[in-house]
Order: sequence, then C-alpha cells, then structure tokens
Amino acid sequence: MAFFSNKAADIQELHVDLNSAKPEKKKEAIKKVIAAMTIGKDVSSLFPHVIKSMETANLDLKKLVYLYIINYAKSQPDLAILAVNSFRKDSRNPANPLIRALAVRTMGCIRVERITEYLCEPLKDALVDEDPYVRKTAAICVAKLYDIAPEMVEDDNFIEMLENLLSDGNSMVVSNAVAALIEISEMRQRPALRLTPTLVNKILTAMNECTEWGQIYILDYIATYSPADIPEAESIIERVLPRLAHSNSAVVLSASKVVIKYMDFVTSNENIRSICRKLAPSLISLVSTDPEMQYVALKCINLISQKRANILDKDIKVFFCKYNDPIFVKLEKLEVMVRLADLKNIDQVLHELKEYATEVDVEFVRKSVRTIGRCAIKLEKAADRCISCLLELISLRVNYVVQEAVIVIRDIFRKYPNRYEMIIKDLFENLENLDEPEAKAAMIWILGEYADRIDDAQNQLAAFLEGLADESAVVQLQLLTGVVKLFLKKPEETENLISEVLKVCTETIPNPDVRDRAYMYWRMLSTDPEAAKQIVLGDKPNISDETCDIDSLLLDKFLEELGRLSSIYQKPAEAITVRKRGYVTEKHVEDEEEVVEYDSSGKKLGMDTGDLLGLGLGESSSHQAKVPMQIALGKETVGVNGASGLQIEMAFQREGNEIVLEARFTNYSNRELGDWAMQFNVNPFGLALSEALILPDLAHGASKYTKIPIVTSGTPSGQAPTVPCLIQIAVKSSMDVFYFQTPMMFTVVLGENGRLSKDEFKNAWSNGTEGEFAHNINSVHSSYKSAEDIQKRMENNNVFFIAGRQNETGENVMYYSARACNGFFMLCEIRMTSGSTGLRVTCKATSNDYIPLFVQAINFLLSTNS
Amino acid sequence: MASSILLLNSRGEVLIYRSYRDDVSRTEVSQFCTQVVAAKEASERPIVTLNGVHYIHISQNTITLVAASASNVNTAMIIQFLYKLIDLFKAYFGGEFNEASIRKHYVLIYELLDEIIDFGLPQITEPEVLKQFITQGGIKSNIKEEQIIGALIQATGATSWRAEGIKYKRNEVYIDIVENVNVLLSNKGTVLRSDVSGQVVVKCQLSYMPECKFGMNDKLAMASETQSMDKGISIDDIKFHQCVRLGKFDKDRAITFIPPDGIFELMTYRVTENINLPFKLMPIYQEYGNAKIEISLKIKSMFDRNLFSTNVVIKIPVPRNTGKTNVFVVTGKAKYEPEQSAIMWRIRRFPGDSEYTMRGSVNLVTISTEKAWSKPPISIDFQVPMFTASGLRVRFLRVIEKSNYKPIKWIRYITKAGSYQHRI
Repeated sequence: MAFFSNKAADIQELHVDLNSAKPEKKKEAIKKVIAAMTIGKDVSSLFPHVIKSMETANLDLKKLVYLYIINYAKSQPDLAILAVNSFRKDSRNPANPLIRALAVRTMGCIRVERITEYLCEPLKDALVDEDPYVRKTAAICVAKLYDIAPEMVEDDNFIEMLENLLSDGNSMVVSNAVAALIEISEMRQRPALRLTPTLVNKILTAMNECTEWGQIYILDYIATYSPADIPEAESIIERVLPRLAHSNSAVVLSASKVVIKYMDFVTSNENIRSICRKLAPSLISLVSTDPEMQYVALKCINLISQKRANILDKDIKVFFCKYNDPIFVKLEKLEVMVRLADLKNIDQVLHELKEYATEVDVEFVRKSVRTIGRCAIKLEKAADRCISCLLELISLRVNYVVQEAVIVIRDIFRKYPNRYEMIIKDLFENLENLDEPEAKAAMIWILGEYADRIDDAQNQLAAFLEGLADESAVVQLQLLTGVVKLFLKKPEETENLISEVLKVCTETIPNPDVRDRAYMYWRMLSTDPEAAKQIVLGDKPNISDETCDIDSLLLDKFLEELGRLSSIYQKPAEAITVRKRGYVTEKHVEDEEEVVEYDSSGKKLGMDTGDLLGLGLGESSSHQAKVPMQIALGKETVGVNGASGLQIEMAFQREGNEIVLEARFTNYSNRELGDWAMQFNVNPFGLALSEALILPDLAHGASKYTKIPIVTSGTPSGQAPTVPCLIQIAVKSSMDVFYFQTPMMFTVVLGENGRLSKDEFKNAWSNGTEGEFAHNINSVHSSYKSAEDIQKRMENNNVFFIAGRQNETGENVMYYSARACNGFFMLCEIRMTSGSTGLRVTCKATSNDYIPLFVQAINFLLSTNS
Repeated sequence: MASSILLLNSRGEVLIYRSYRDDVSRTEVSQFCTQVVAAKEASERPIVTLNGVHYIHISQNTITLVAASASNVNTAMIIQFLYKLIDLFKAYFGGEFNEASIRKHYVLIYELLDEIIDFGLPQITEPEVLKQFITQGGIKSNIKEEQIIGALIQATGATSWRAEGIKYKRNEVYIDIVENVNVLLSNKGTVLRSDVSGQVVVKCQLSYMPECKFGMNDKLAMASETQSMDKGISIDDIKFHQCVRLGKFDKDRAITFIPPDGIFELMTYRVTENINLPFKLMPIYQEYGNAKIEISLKIKSMFDRNLFSTNVVIKIPVPRNTGKTNVFVVTGKAKYEPEQSAIMWRIRRFPGDSEYTMRGSVNLVTISTEKAWSKPPISIDFQVPMFTASGLRVRFLRVIEKSNYKPIKWIRYITKAGSYQHRI
C-alpha cells in the first residue's frame, strides 16, 4: 500500500477524489486521509469534503468518516455542527442497532460543547434502547458526557439512569454502567452513587456472565465498597473467590484486591486461614506470566505481604530470580525476597543472593549485595550468616561489589555496634579503588566511628583530604564529621589534620552546608571539647529494615487500589493524576521539531499535530500569544566555578501591557540551592529586572515556577538585535554563577502605541522605512481562516490593523503597523488568497535590523494559536 | 482509563494512533516515541512516566504497543489488554503480527480499535464474535440486519465467545496437553526449585451449542467421585478460559463449559509436587588456573524407554576468552559457538532410559582486563512427546448437545523444556 510511502497523498488530489461520484474512489480517498492523519499530518482542511460522505449506507465508509470527525471536530466546530443532523438521524435508525450505537458513541467522542446539547436527547433514548448493544454503548457515553459537561449529567438525571442500568438483564450493560460510574466518581472526586448491599448483590450476580473486562470493572467497584457486617463481608468473599481461577491475570489481581480488603472484616482465624490457602497459589501463578504482568504482580505481592506476611511465607522459592528474567523483574523479586526472608529460609535466600552477586548486570549485582545487608538488619539472629556471606563476596575482589559491601556494612555497624569490627580488615585488603561518593562516604563513616580501633585511621582519613574540594557534598560532609570524631578520640596525634580539614572546608569549598557545618564544629571544639564529645560521639538512633515500610493507613489505601498506578509507584492517587482533566500542557518548541521527523514526505502540509485531539482552539486564539518555555540553562551546563545541576526554563511573555519573564528553576544538583540573584546584560530594548529576584531555597530535586516582572527602562545597548533576539542573563545561586542566553519573541516588546493613521502609514510605507522583506507563511494555523480571524489575532498582540482591501485577483490585502518599545516602527502587508492555507507577508521597518524579527513574530502569531 | 493506544515500530515511528480522551496530546506521546522507543530504552521498565503522562507498554516482533494515560489506571488490566490486542490481530491477520501486516490492515485496525475499546475502557475483545460484524473488506452486503442484531445480542450476552448456528460435518475435538518444565539445579545437582506450567489447548470443531465437561486426574476432583486406585496428582493452581464456569469449579471442582469455536486455551495449570524430571545432568568443570578448563558432561534420560525426546540442545557455557576448544561426543554433534559463548551439543533423537557423555577441553586466552567469568548455568532445550512431567492425564471429555452427535476426540501430550538449568 502506498499510503505510508514517501509519496504522500496530496491534499489537492484527495480533494478531487473525495468529491468523486464513484463510491469506491471516495472510500480510497478517505482511507488515504486516515493514513495521513495517522502519521500526524494535518488534513483538517478537508473537513467539509469528508463530511459530505457521512450520509452513506455503507457502514465501513461511515466508520471511517466518523473516525475523521472525532479527530478534527474540535478544530472545525462550525462544520462539526453540520454533522449533528446526520448523527441524530443515525441514532434513530430503526433497523440497525449497530448504526444507532455508532452514532451515540461517536457523538460522545466529539468534544465540542455545542454538540453536547444535541447529544442529550439521543443519549437518553439510547440508555433505554431495546438492544443491549446500544445500551452498553450509551452507558459509557454518559461518562464521556460528564467529561465535557458535568453539570448536564448531574442536572439531567443521567446518574439515576445509570443506576437503573445496574439492574439491567444484560451483564455487559451492567458492567459498563459500573465502569461509567467509576469514571464519573473519579472525575467529581467523590462517589457518584452510594453502593448498597442490594446493588452489590446485583452487580455480583452480573459478574459471573461478564466479559473479562466487565469482571474487572465490577471487582474494582466492589473494592471501593465497605461491607456493613461480617456475614456480608464473608459472603462477598465467597462469591469473589472463584474469580481467582480466571485466566486473565488482571481479573485475578482485582479479585485478590477485594478479598484482601474484605478479609479485614473476617474475625474467624479458621476462615482467614482457608481464604489465604486459596489466595496464595493464585498470587504465585501471577509470577509465571508475561514479564510486564509479573512486574505489576510483584509490586502488588510486595504490598500484600506487608499487610499479611503469612500468606506467602512458605513460597519464597517462587521469587528466586531466573537467569533470563528481565532486569525489572529481577529487581522486584529481590524486594519480595527481603520481605519474605525469615530464620527458616535465610540460608536458601543467602545462597541465592550470593549466586546473583556474581552475575554480570551491575545494577542487579549491587542490589543483591544490598539485599544481603537488609537481611542482616532484618534478622538479628541471622546477621552472622549474612556477614560471612558478604565476606565471601568481598574476597572475590570485584570492585563494585566491594564498594557496595562497604555501604551495606556501614548500616550493619550502625545496627549492631561493636560486633563485627573484625571485618574492617578484609574490607581494606580487598578494596582496590573507591570511586563512588556513597561508598566513599560510608568508608569515611566507618573510619571515623572506629578511629580508636583502626591503627592508621588518621592516615586513611588524611588520604581523602586530597582533592576534597572536587568531591560531592556527601563525601565532604562525611569527612568533616569523620575527622572531628577522630580528633575527639585521639586529640594529640590529629591536631594538624583537623585544622587542615576545617580550613579547607571553610575557605575552599563553596558549598554553604559544608561551610556552616565546619564553622559549627570549629566553634564547638574551641569553646567546649567535652560538650562536643557528648554531641558528636553520642548514641545514634537505631535503624531497622521496617524503616522503609509504608504507614498502615497508606498501605490500606494502596491495597484498595492494588494494580493501579498509585500502588505501583506507591504514591497517592493525586500524585498520579497531576494534570487536570481536559488540560493538555503547552507544547515545547523542541517537541514540534520532533514531530517534523515523522513527516517523511517533506510536503508542506499543516504540521500542527497538537490539534489532532482538538484543543481549545476557538477560545484561546483571542488571547495574547503565549510563548512556550524553553530550557535556557541545561542541568549539565557548568557555571563559573565548574558546578552544574541547575536547570532553568524560560520564556518572555507579554501580559496585558506588562512584560514578564516566566521561569521554572529546577535543582538537579545534590545540594540545596539558595542565595538567588539575577541580572540581564545590556540589550537593544533596555530590558531589565524591575526588582531583585525573589526565590525560595530549592532542595535537591525541587522545582519552582515563577513570573519575574520586567521593565524596559534599562539602558539600551544601542546595538542591533540578534535574530532570534537573544537576551543574555546571569543567575547567581549558592552553588555557582551561571551565564546563559534565552530567546525572546519579538511580540513581547510591541507596545500598545503602535497604531498609525492611514496617512502616516502610507508615508512611512513609501519613504520612512529602510529595507523590505517578503515571506510566505505556508502553515497558517487552522484557527485563522478569515481576514477577521487574522486581524483579531494581530490586534490582540499589538500589531494594528490599518486598512484592508480586495484586489483585482481576489486577494485579500491587509496592512498592519506595530511599534517596539525602543520606538522603532514596523509595517507589514499581508496577502491572503481565499481557499489557500498560505499567506504572503511583506515587512518594512524603521531599521533594517528589525525586519527579520518582525517577520518571525508574525509567523509565530499566525502559525500557532497558543 | 487509557487515553490513547499506539502501535510503534522499533524506530519509534507511529504505525497506529487512536486517541480516546484528550487529556494526553499526540505531541506529548511523541516524546515517548523518541525518548524511550527510539532510544531503545523500552525494555528497561514496562511502565514509564514522562511529564505526568504514564506509558504502559509491551513489545512483540519489534512492535511496541503502548497505552498512554494521565489517570490512575489499572495497570494489570492495560497490560492484559495489550496482550489481548496481539492475539486479536493475529486472529484477524492469519497468525501474523508484524510491521507489514499492520500497515497493510490499518483501516481494519482502526475499525477494531473503535469497537474493542470505548473511552479508554476495553469492551468486546473475542475475535470469533467480532468477526461476525467486523470483517476484512467490510460486512458483506448479503448479511441481513437480523443477523447483525443476533451477533450483537450474543456479543453482549452470557456466552459472548460462541456464535449460534455453527455446523460441522465431522464433529471433532483435539486436545493438546503442553507442559513446560522449569528446573534449577545447584552445581551439586540438588533440585533448588522445579515446577511444571502446563496448558490445555483445545481445537474445537463442534456443531451448535455443545455443553462440555472435562476431567483429568486431579487429586481433589477424584477424591469426591471414585474409589479408583489412581490417587491422581496434586495441582497447585489452575486458571481457566472465560468460558469455564468458575463458580461450579469452586464448588465441586468440575470443569464445565460451552467452548468457543476453533482453537482456544481451555486452562493453564501449575504443579510443583512429584515432578518427573525428564533429564538428569552431571557436569564436571575442572579449571586449571586461568589457562584451561576441562569439561565433562553426562546426560541421562529419565523417561520410559519406549518414548524418545526430539531436538535436544544442550548449551554448555564457556568463558568469553575461549581460544582453542576440543570437544568429543559419540552421539549428536557438539561444537563451540563463539557468539553463544558456549559449546552447543545437539542430539536429534534421544531415546528413553539412556545416557550420553561429552568431553571437552577449553584453552583460555589471557586478557588482563577481563572481569571474573559470571558462570551462567548449563541450559537444555528438548521436547518429549507423549510424556507429561507432572503426570497429568486426561480422563474424559463429555460433550452433550441436543442433536446428540458423537464427536471424535484426539488427545496429545508433550513436555517441553521451560527454563531447565543446571548451575556450574
């Protein structure tokens, strides 16, 4: 098939074929349109022609047309209205339920508010249609309607109608009504319906005859219900247990979820035991499914065994890693192994872990070593065995194994002080090279802690002093503390060392945390060494493996959402659905470039793939243009002192008559950042910060979005702007000072005083300007179809309409003027041929230097709608 | 649930894109295509989150199937659904699932994606049912509307997997018991773990609406019905096809169902007790410093002498820096294959109750930077027809249909190597 080949379908050709009288030709053309849509081309301009084919008796053709309409209705709302009548007609088709259902289903997918008005009535009819296929389709459609117009659903009794469907004789209708209720409850963030024992009973009866997916919806819904008493809980468990034998693993998991939750209500130990006996083999079978399913299952099993450790305690062998398991499965299995490890099986577990630690995948090996350490901390009586296992591994002298062992052993020392110091010797013997910060820090900790028992601790610690300034903060802080401990234990021999370390930390190292801590120690040691001893060498809080356990309330929540993303990531549901419904984040400039790659043809079709889903085009185009943020400072970019890890995304925006700099600061470095300041280099427009930058301290990984007001009262550089116009910025933080530049869209500096009178314009056009530049805009955004649309867009962004006319050839010619904040005038002429998507723009300006910027600005305004 | 479904090739190019909700834009989804699929990082995690959009994905034949979502979805359901998609496409495209077949049938795929998932919620996914109203080249014009209505009622009904009015001249049922033995033996030959995962695949060519009852030597089922000498085997866990009445099985362990037409997987099961391991391995690795390894491997078949195993392949790992090798076998062919880092010993036909030996020596080239050899396990691949490692036997398949025909039944058993490994 040629549809995907480089010879892409030419819009013009498709246009002709779509209007062909031959149905076959028409169908082929629509297929080509769909193919173009698939690879991300904008074929929305064909909307009126495609829609003509809607009223066909051919069901295949109809489906293709519907698919097209779903994709482009939002960008062509006026034309989409034309389709409404056909939909309504189809939804009343007396003979074919498939056509009725199709019409309702498709109408629900068209997310244009004006259409939803017309949807209500057919939807109500469909909900009580005689055919179950239509009813099951209508049930889902209620959830779709809620997504577009929640008030319509709430006010118009739709939820009641869904409730009625829960008693429907057809099980698929019931399960889809359940699915719709779940969706609606999630959207409104509170239950759409209160489940009662009668309703639960009804949907459980329907479950036995449902499709596998329907069973999942019903089980997930039951999992949100709380039984009234013990008998109800037991009877629901009894009815759900058979589902554990379903071949679909998702059904099994959802059934387990219900059983686990309801087991809390069961009091008889005998009953609990018998339920667990049924649950265990089903859960284990999930570990021999497809790897992706195994991954999810293992995450869930981990949570389940936190709640009920005894369910799987006899089956630890199942969780041993296979040599060819994918890495993501292996890592999860290790987690479950720690969870299930006990004194009975620890020997087996250690034997396995030792085996894994000799494999090739570094990540897996490290985690295996770490798991041995966790076992030692979890099982005090087995700690000896874990240690000897670690010693065996250390003796293999694989460097990353030894380094990982150092980290593990530090934790073991903390858990069991004064018990295993003899292994320090083995560590030193087998350690070739410490190159990882965490391992280094662990080693320094050990040296400091046991300084009195390690003969040459001071030499060892002194060795770390060299090159300390280049180390990461963990190592610096740890060395500081380590040397202080050493000094407190052996003051006479280490006086030189401590003063040197304090000196380096306070004078050379720029990190404020390190400096602060060094000063603190310094003062403490010089005022009251005894108090320092008590503080620095005091008892440390105990650690245990349960430290990383989840709080029991949260655990119950995760178990209720077992298998959903929140339980996989172990984050509350709000953190999973970070974005608001129906809201799509603005595109980044880079993203658009990525999309270009998919256009293999090189043909200049419209490239705006964003509106495939139909975003809010109509409304937002009337606003001021919004420039997407771009990364101005990458996290890899190093500052003046060589530090890196700060990322700043920026965009200059015009908001009303003000200029603001939108910025997001993200801290990827491993320290906290503060002490912010920002400054602009001189620039042609005199842009400057109106006040000092105010930004809170950012912890590692934190991100802060801010809007910084900008004034144009700075001293202009007097130089011509670059194209694109780049503004040089310096940002100071506690880590380093960074210099970078960020582009500014020219529209930002266009003022409200840019309107010229017709005469002034004429004058300027013929005499008062230098240079002229013509440019074709080929991909005008679909929001700007008419001269009025364009005029509105331009005026909103301070490019003012002067006059317009229609010339002999039918072209629409418009004249605009604008004025930059430094007083330069821009003029332009826009020619628009009706029926074509392209425009011709001719620009002039008081200074030649500004023409390219202005052309770029107009291009931006007319090819986006952001 | 799912906001959009995509099919991508290995370069991350979009083959199919269907959006169901507009909380995730196509532009955003293209980030996943370039940053994960095209960057070959897809195999690292099955669930990836980029800028608040969650991508759940699986791969087969270099095709990546992705579901994008911005809500707190049931990941297990999505993964199962994506696998179901592969099955469905295979059922439609004559068993094929690759880039060419997807490109060829894209119109049909869009039609299917419209039908099987609505607003991101999976709907009817049974191929046999869908084929009645979604076909290659469209519904034939001669299909009457009553037939469509019938198909739809059935599709949403209690036996959605089987169409009415199926008719065969010869009523036949083929039952295949396929077992995979998974074993891990320690270097001393003790069994660290072993299990059998089996499946019962049925090819059903029966007319009308047959009611079936399937019986095997399941210890629990037999305890309740006969006093036969055979005690049966103990099965850890069984999972059934949608058609089996789970309530009935839970109550009295009877397997009853109305089968779908054609081939389907009736059940899968797992057995961990009393497994008959078909092969025993006795390897000896003798290392002489860093220069030489001598290997001898004895392999013995433990099944009945009337049976035989076919296509036995034993993979005997050797270090990467292997130079010259000397391999000696009497039966089959054995040679060092550098790309596998192993000596591959292939025996076409291996009779029961017999024993073969391989002897070899490996000279190692000295490479100073080489890390310690990770010693992967010896693994073996084989199949043994008419043998079940679990000891499972089919006892009966009763078919009851109003028209009272007597179907012909065929039963085959085969045991294959799952992950059959012996540490060294």
